[in-house]
Amino acid sequence: MGRYVLRRLLIAIPSLIGISIVLFTVLALAPGDPFEELATNPNVPAEVRANLRAQFGLDDPVTVRYVRWFGSMMNGDWGFSFASRIDVDQLILQRLPVTLFVIGSSQILALLIALPIGVYAATRPYSLFDQIANTFAFIGFSLPTFFTGILFILVFSIQLDWLPFVYRTDIAATGWRWWWEHGKQALMPVAVLGLFQGASWTRYVRSAVLDVIRLDYVTTARSKGLREIAVVVKHVVRNALIPVVTLVALQMPAIFGGAIVTEQIFRVPGIGSLLISAILANDTPVIMAVTFVFSCLVILFNLLADLLYGWLDPRISYH
Amino acid sequence: MAGSILASPTTSGAPRAAERVSPGAEAWRRFRRHRLALAGALILALIMLAVALGPFVWTVPINDIDFAAKLQRPSWSHPFGTDDLGQDLLARMLYGGRISIAVGLAAMVIAVVVGTFVGAIAGMSRGWVDAALMWLTDLFLSLPQLPLLLLIIYLFRDTLKSLVGTEAGMFILIVAVIGGFRWMPVARLVRAQFLSLREKEFVEAARALGATPTRQVVRHILPNSLGPVIVAGTIDVANAIIAESTLSFLGLGFPPDIPTWGRLLYDAKDHLDIAAHWALFPGTAIFLTVLSINYIGDGLRDALDPRKVM
Repeated sequence: MGRYVLRRLLIAIPSLIGISIVLFTVLALAPGDPFEELATNPNVPAEVRANLRAQFGLDDPVTVRYVRWFGSMMNGDWGFSFASRIDVDQLILQRLPVTLFVIGSSQILALLIALPIGVYAATRPYSLFDQIANTFAFIGFSLPTFFTGILFILVFSIQLDWLPFVYRTDIAATGWRWWWEHGKQALMPVAVLGLFQGASWTRYVRSAVLDVIRLDYVTTARSKGLREIAVVVKHVVRNALIPVVTLVALQMPAIFGGAIVTEQIFRVPGIGSLLISAILANDTPVIMAVTFVFSCLVILFNLLADLLYGWLDPRISYH
Repeated sequence: MAGSILASPTTSGAPRAAERVSPGAEAWRRFRRHRLALAGALILALIMLAVALGPFVWTVPINDIDFAAKLQRPSWSHPFGTDDLGQDLLARMLYGGRISIAVGLAAMVIAVVVGTFVGAIAGMSRGWVDAALMWLTDLFLSLPQLPLLLLIIYLFRDTLKSLVGTEAGMFILIVAVIGGFRWMPVARLVRAQFLSLREKEFVEAARALGATPTRQVVRHILPNSLGPVIVAGTIDVANAIIAESTLSFLGLGFPPDIPTWGRLLYDAKDHLDIAAHWALFPGTAIFLTVLSINYIGDGLRDALDPRKVM
C-alpha cells in the first residue's frame, strides 16, 4: 500500500506540471492585453506603457515567463489582479471557502441520495421502487444545472417567494438568525448541484450493485446464513463501490463545471463566478490562478479516489 | 402421405430459420422491449424532424424585430411567445435547435473516434506506450474542462471567424473543443474492454491459430468492445449538447444572432419574473432532447449487452 501511494503521488506531480504547461501555453496565446486600455488613453505616454510592460515582464519569451510563473506559483506568489487591484492569492482565498462549502455540501447531499436509493433499487430490480427511482434519476441528470437553477428561481423565488436568489456574504444578522439566512440562501445552489450529481450517482450505484449481486460469492454469503443486510453492506457494497469510485473521480471536472454555472446563476461569490468575470475583464493573473486552483482540486480528488480504489480492491495496490 | 412428407421438413426447418438472426436484428428486438427508449427515440426523431423541416413550414424570420409585440406570452401569432425585441421564439428555437443538435452529433463523432483509437492502442500495447497514453488521458481528465473551453473559445474565436466566417468558425471551434475534451471516457472504456478481452479464450484461440495483432483487434476484440462504446457515444451526444448550451448560457458560446437553445436561456434569465415562457421553452427543449438521448443510450445498453437475458 505504501508503494502504491507513493506511485500515485509520483504520477500526480508530472500531471500537475503537464497541466500547468497546458494552461500557460493557452494563456500565453491569449489576445487580451492588460495594457490595451492604456494604449487608447491619450493621457498615458507610450513610454509609460512600455515601462509597465517591462516591469510586469510581459515582453519576455514564453519559456522564461513560464518558468518564472511556475516558480512563483509554487511560492504562493500568484500575482496582482489588474481588475480588482488586490493580490490574486488574497482574492482567491476570499472566494475559495464559499466554493468549497457549496461543492462540499452538494456532494454530501448527492451521496445521501445516491447510496441508499441506488442500493435499495438494485436489491429489488425492476420493482416499482426501482422504476420510480430510475425515472427520477434520468430526469435528474438530464436536467442541465443551468435549467434547474432557473426553474428553482422561478418556483421558489418568484412564484412562492420563499428563498432569495442572490447569494449574499454580508448578512446583517447574528446567531441563529445568521445561520437561518445563510442556510436559506445556500439551499438552492446546493440543491441544484447535489440533485444533479445524486441522480447520476444513483444510477452508478444501482448498476454496480446489480453487477455484483448476482455473483456466486454473494450466493455463498447468503447460503452461509448471513442476514441480508450483512450480505449487502459487507459483501456487495464494498465491491460495487470500486467502479462507482472510478466514475465519480471521472466526473470531478464536471462537478467543478457545474459549480461555475451554479455560482453564475445564483451570483455566489466563489471562484467560479470570479473566473467568468476575470475572463470578461481580461484579468490574466486571476484566470491563471483560478484555473490552476481548479486543476489542483481535480488532481487532489483523483488522488483520493485512487487511494480509495486501492483500499477497496487490494489487488490494485499490489502490482 | 404427401402431407406427412411435407410436414417433417417444415417443422424441423422453422425453428432453425428462426434461430438464425443477425446481431443487428437481435439488438433491435431487444431495444424495442425497452419502452422508454423507444419513446425516447420517437421524441428525438420528432425534435430532429421539427428542427430540420420546421423552418420551411414556420417561415417567420428569426430576427424580425417588432417592439410592439415584445415579451408577449404564447399566442396564435407567436405560439412560443416573443423575446424582449419582439422576435418570434418558435422560429428562433427551430433554427437554434439545428445548431445545438448538430454540435452534439459532430462532437460525439470526434470524441468516439479519438477515444477508440487511443484506447485501442493503449489496450493492446503493454509497458510504456500504455502508460504514456493513460497518463495523457488522465492529464486530459484532470484538466478543468469548462474554464479551458471558455478560454480556448475566447482565444481562437476571432482567428477562425476571419478564416471561415462567424457561424462556421464558431461551429468548428465549439465542436472541436467539446469533442477534444470528451474522448477520455471512451478511451478508458475501450482500454478496459481490451485489457479483459485480450486475455479471453476466444482471442487466445485466434492468437494460437496465428492471427496477427491487427486481425485480433479488428476481427475479434474491437467488435466485442463496441457495445459500451456505442452506449458511451450516445450519452456523449447528450453531454455535448449540454456543454454547448452551458457555454452559450454563460454568454461565451455562439454570438447573440445565432439563437442556440443555451443562448436563448442566457438572454431570458434576466426577464424571468415577467416572461417565464422565454426561458421555459428552450430549457424544456434541451431537457427533452437530452432525456430522450439518455433513454436511447439506456435502451442500447440493454440491447447490446449479451449477458443480459431478455
